[in-house]
Amino acid sequence: MAQLDYLAPLKVEDAVKALAATGSYALAGGTDLLVQLRSGRIRPDTIVDLKRIAGTIGIREEAGGFVIGAATPGAMIGEHEALSRAWPGLVEAVSLIGSTQVQGRASLAGNLCNASPAADSVPAMIAARAVCVVVGPAGRREVPVEAIGTAPGRTSLAPGEFVLEIRLPPRPARSSDAYLRLIPRTEMDIAVVGAGVNLTLDAAGVVIEAQVALGAVAPTALLVPDAGAALVGSKLDEASLAALDTAARAACHPISDKRGTAEYRTKIAGVLARRAAFIAYERAGARA
Amino acid sequence: MSDVLDGPGVQPDLKVVGTRPIRPDGADKVTGRAAFGADFNMPGQLVGKILRSPHAHAKIVSIDTRKARALPGVKAVVTGADFPNLASEMHEGGEAASNLRDLAMNVIARDKALYDGHAVAAVAATSSAIADEALRLITVTYEVLPHVIDVEAAMSPDAPVLHAHLFTEGLEVRPTSASNVARRNQITRGDLAEGFAAADVIVEGRYTTQAVHQGYIEPHACVAAWVEDGQCDVWSSSQGQFMVRTYCAKILGLEISDIRVTPAEIGGGFGGKTTVYLEPLALALSRQSGHPVKMVMTREEVFRATGPTSGAVILVKLGAKVDGTMTAAEVELKYQAGAFPGSPVGAGSMTALACYDIPNFLITGWDVVTNSPKVAAYRAPGAPIAAFGVESAVDDLARKLGMDPLALRERNGVRNGVKAAYGPTFQNIGYLETLAAIKDCPQYSLPLGPNQGRGVAAGFWFNVGGESTAAVHVNEDGSVVVVTGNPDIGGSRAAMAMMAAETLGVPMQRVRPRIADTASIGFSMLTGGSRTTFATGMAVVQAAEKVVADLKRRAALLWEVPADKVEWRNGAAVCLDPAKADPKPMTLEILAGQSARTGGPISAQVSLNAQGAGPGFGVHVCDVEIDPETGHVTVLRYTAAQDVGKAIHPSYVEGQVQGGVAQGVGWALNEEYIFDSDGRMENAGFLDYRVPVASDLPMIDTILVEVANPRHPFGAKGVGEVPIVPPLAAVANAIRSAIGVRMADLPLSPPKIRAVMDARAS
Amino acid sequence: MSKPHISAIVNGDPVEFLADPGMTLLDALRDELSLTGSKEGCGSGDCGACSVIVDGRLVCSCLMLAAEAEGRRVDTIEGLAQGGRLHPLQQKFLEHAALQCGFCTPGLLMAAKALLDANPDPTETEARYWLAGNLCRCTGYDKVIRAVMDAAAELRQVKV
Repeated sequence: MAQLDYLAPLKVEDAVKALAATGSYALAGGTDLLVQLRSGRIRPDTIVDLKRIAGTIGIREEAGGFVIGAATPGAMIGEHEALSRAWPGLVEAVSLIGSTQVQGRASLAGNLCNASPAADSVPAMIAARAVCVVVGPAGRREVPVEAIGTAPGRTSLAPGEFVLEIRLPPRPARSSDAYLRLIPRTEMDIAVVGAGVNLTLDAAGVVIEAQVALGAVAPTALLVPDAGAALVGSKLDEASLAALDTAARAACHPISDKRGTAEYRTKIAGVLARRAAFIAYERAGARA
Repeated sequence: MSDVLDGPGVQPDLKVVGTRPIRPDGADKVTGRAAFGADFNMPGQLVGKILRSPHAHAKIVSIDTRKARALPGVKAVVTGADFPNLASEMHEGGEAASNLRDLAMNVIARDKALYDGHAVAAVAATSSAIADEALRLITVTYEVLPHVIDVEAAMSPDAPVLHAHLFTEGLEVRPTSASNVARRNQITRGDLAEGFAAADVIVEGRYTTQAVHQGYIEPHACVAAWVEDGQCDVWSSSQGQFMVRTYCAKILGLEISDIRVTPAEIGGGFGGKTTVYLEPLALALSRQSGHPVKMVMTREEVFRATGPTSGAVILVKLGAKVDGTMTAAEVELKYQAGAFPGSPVGAGSMTALACYDIPNFLITGWDVVTNSPKVAAYRAPGAPIAAFGVESAVDDLARKLGMDPLALRERNGVRNGVKAAYGPTFQNIGYLETLAAIKDCPQYSLPLGPNQGRGVAAGFWFNVGGESTAAVHVNEDGSVVVVTGNPDIGGSRAAMAMMAAETLGVPMQRVRPRIADTASIGFSMLTGGSRTTFATGMAVVQAAEKVVADLKRRAALLWEVPADKVEWRNGAAVCLDPAKADPKPMTLEILAGQSARTGGPISAQVSLNAQGAGPGFGVHVCDVEIDPETGHVTVLRYTAAQDVGKAIHPSYVEGQVQGGVAQGVGWALNEEYIFDSDGRMENAGFLDYRVPVASDLPMIDTILVEVANPRHPFGAKGVGEVPIVPPLAAVANAIRSAIGVRMADLPLSPPKIRAVMDARAS
Repeated sequence: MSKPHISAIVNGDPVEFLADPGMTLLDALRDELSLTGSKEGCGSGDCGACSVIVDGRLVCSCLMLAAEAEGRRVDTIEGLAQGGRLHPLQQKFLEHAALQCGFCTPGLLMAAKALLDANPDPTETEARYWLAGNLCRCTGYDKVIRAVMDAAAELRQVKV
């Protein structure tokens, strides 16, 4: 019988080498990987634990933005005050992943690379224009978050590649973000729909930049430029919110499954985009 | 808020009963020391695992186990062929009767797999990984058959038939062909047509529910050892060690006395652990391997292969005069039984109209087999489903009549002397008092905000008595041990110790309750039917009374007075003979210390078949708020009033009520079995099955209405099952009140509510 | 492959054991260290019955490999009572009848301990959301929440 191997390399190069082999899986927080292992959905030869590599756990401020280590647990992200002030939407999205227990382990990179279209942090990261630092046999490259997931359970990462850290751009004044999701209960569910909105206002309170991203309404999380465009130039009046709702719904091409029907998901995408936009707008206004 | 309202017949001056002491097994359970099913190990044990059918309905053409047997570390492999074929025979288990042939075939499939998850083979190996590998090496050749899960589809004449031997019982004319309809039952009174003709107002509704699981957090687990001389030991988590013993003996063809079953602590059951799944397989694997075998289900196995309760269709028609007097009711219940006959539709039929005094009614129940796991008892089996339909219709009737829903229920509510719809005449019931308690509770008159609604509903459960044994032993220092044969699911040890202490007149802390294995106490029916505090409690009290009589006799002997000159007061014998100059009372300690001189050890055992369990009624009020854009429902407030007889330990009675409410709210809002087009369960895990979590619920206020049951020494009635009966309709009625539309298909999940909001808007 | 040798601190004491690389921390606690107070209700992080505290963070021990515990400090239910005295949370669970079957109780207690360590004065809503990862099917959570709030109040008194 095949035996599983566990490696916890200390260096990026060693991790890359180990992950290049077929049957190797990267372990960050493990909250998805261990479930798949247990259910027999995956039968790895080697598990490569990334958490002993320097920098994979932790948050630092760099060049006016933030750098979040790939395996930093959600709880640590939620406790980071400066990050929470600058990116409240991203932090609340991360904090929505699973239970308190899951927050003790689950990571941004894991949430991203598990490649579920319903991952809560992903729409928030996309709306934030976050960039992944990917390392691999060919060296180091920077990739926008939305380019990682290609289909449910699939990523654009080549064998041996993994996400080392996630970079958030510098935050101008009068900008903020928000993330909302719909679940049938109040906790512990996978998002039926998720919506992240990231806004920058001018001194008069007019939206000058807007990104809207949606989760669980397509095979991957979506950046919806039309939805963002609907807000630019407005103060979130009724008409711009209606246009946002319409654009968000137009971008959806969801499936019907045990978590929700396609029709319902589409309607809710519009609702949540509007509500998240409203919250982001209030927050951005407060960061004058 | 938690109120206890003393009603008629409650004994005054109780010292222990009615107080809230710390439970005797509490420290064990808060320190992690208590041993549940999976916490026990035997030396040299193997790991047992089960191969399950991936098909909802398939003929098993062949099973090739040779490769699995050849794998090093595999010590045993069993299939259906290793078990005797049993004749059809009903066995009364305590909560519901089981057909032993079907039970055996549910434990392991023979010719056909009848649902996704049906056990097909089992292995025992030296490690979990080897057992998994062995399962992969078993080749089963299936001939996949068309399947049917929806209850009405299964009733249709062209449905795939699960059992060629199944001919509908209970029809006027026995059918000539097999079908999935196992049985029709009917209960009727008066003249239905006349009753509806006399009505000024008629409401009708069609309601559906989906299969839901008991959702106990502890998966099924056992260790079984077959010793070479044929004697067996089983350690398992169940609602009844005697039930496990009987079923294992029947399924394996053993003498009952050759099996000893030791009850582990049980991590929740709610009816779902009133039957066996693993134990007979573990014994068979142990017999073949010569080693003890431990088996623990995964959560996925629990969902796919152990008892949910029925999904159902409920049709209700009610007629009433303008003053609210109900003149007629017609109820039709169609319940999924799962793979074998035996849905709880009988109890559903009997309880459907149990809260109402209606002169003309007809209740028809259909028990229908389907390609889904065989249903198991779930807390007041059958009653919540029927009540969902009836209580929703009563709510509509109140609205149509312009009456307060509690007033309508009061006008037609059963009271003492009324003949219940299911037969007997009610005595000592507290339904009207329970309705009044909700009418008077603060929640019922709080103002509601926008998008908020309030619903009420009532519910009924019989509660049962039955066979129980209890022993009371007085130790040489005067401390007391109470031994019973009922697993403690929710604090019954405390109730047993309290009732013994009250009877003996000693502090509860001097009484230690223990739960014995099947060889160490007389037979007791399982913990179910809300029977333990009532029936086993009655045995405990009677055993304690025997001890008291014996103590009085012993004191009389020591004082050299006639026995009738001794009374038992406050835990001591008191001499009433004036000729004896002021003898000091002889305490339990003194008498225990001298037991050798007065006849030896002080001990009594009582076995009885308890009759006279008082039926219970609950009335609930639920406030909700709807998010009109998403359809999400928030339960804002909840108050549950229940006629509990006398609450022995009020905290645990409140806990039963609150737990029942939480399960009912889950059933109403989110829980359901979801099957794909191949009949495979799609949400066999807690993530997508969605039981309520702490943030889903508000505090659940309780009002314990104490209308004593004179058949119990302290007035107790069963309390555990009633509270799951009203919530389905209480929630649905609250949503009706909030959105103005009747929603009749559970669960009332956000997409359904949003769809109704959209339809209402357009 | 050989089994990794793991050294960790469990409930304050150094422990060493061998673990299959795929073995979860929960299985190691239960099967290698005979600490069966942590329960498996789901094996997928959805019920919280296996909750333990690793280096001060609440985690599901079913979602962590035993091998990851190398050099870590693990606190389980078996370490909650100290010196023969129940922790105030344990005492309040008993006083409030916050358990029925008791299976989810160890996990709930560890989660509640982590809550009060992080937030000594939680609101009811904060307590409910923090504990949402601990399923209890018996109690409807009412008495659990009351016990946690009462224990929090008592612990605040002790600190003052």
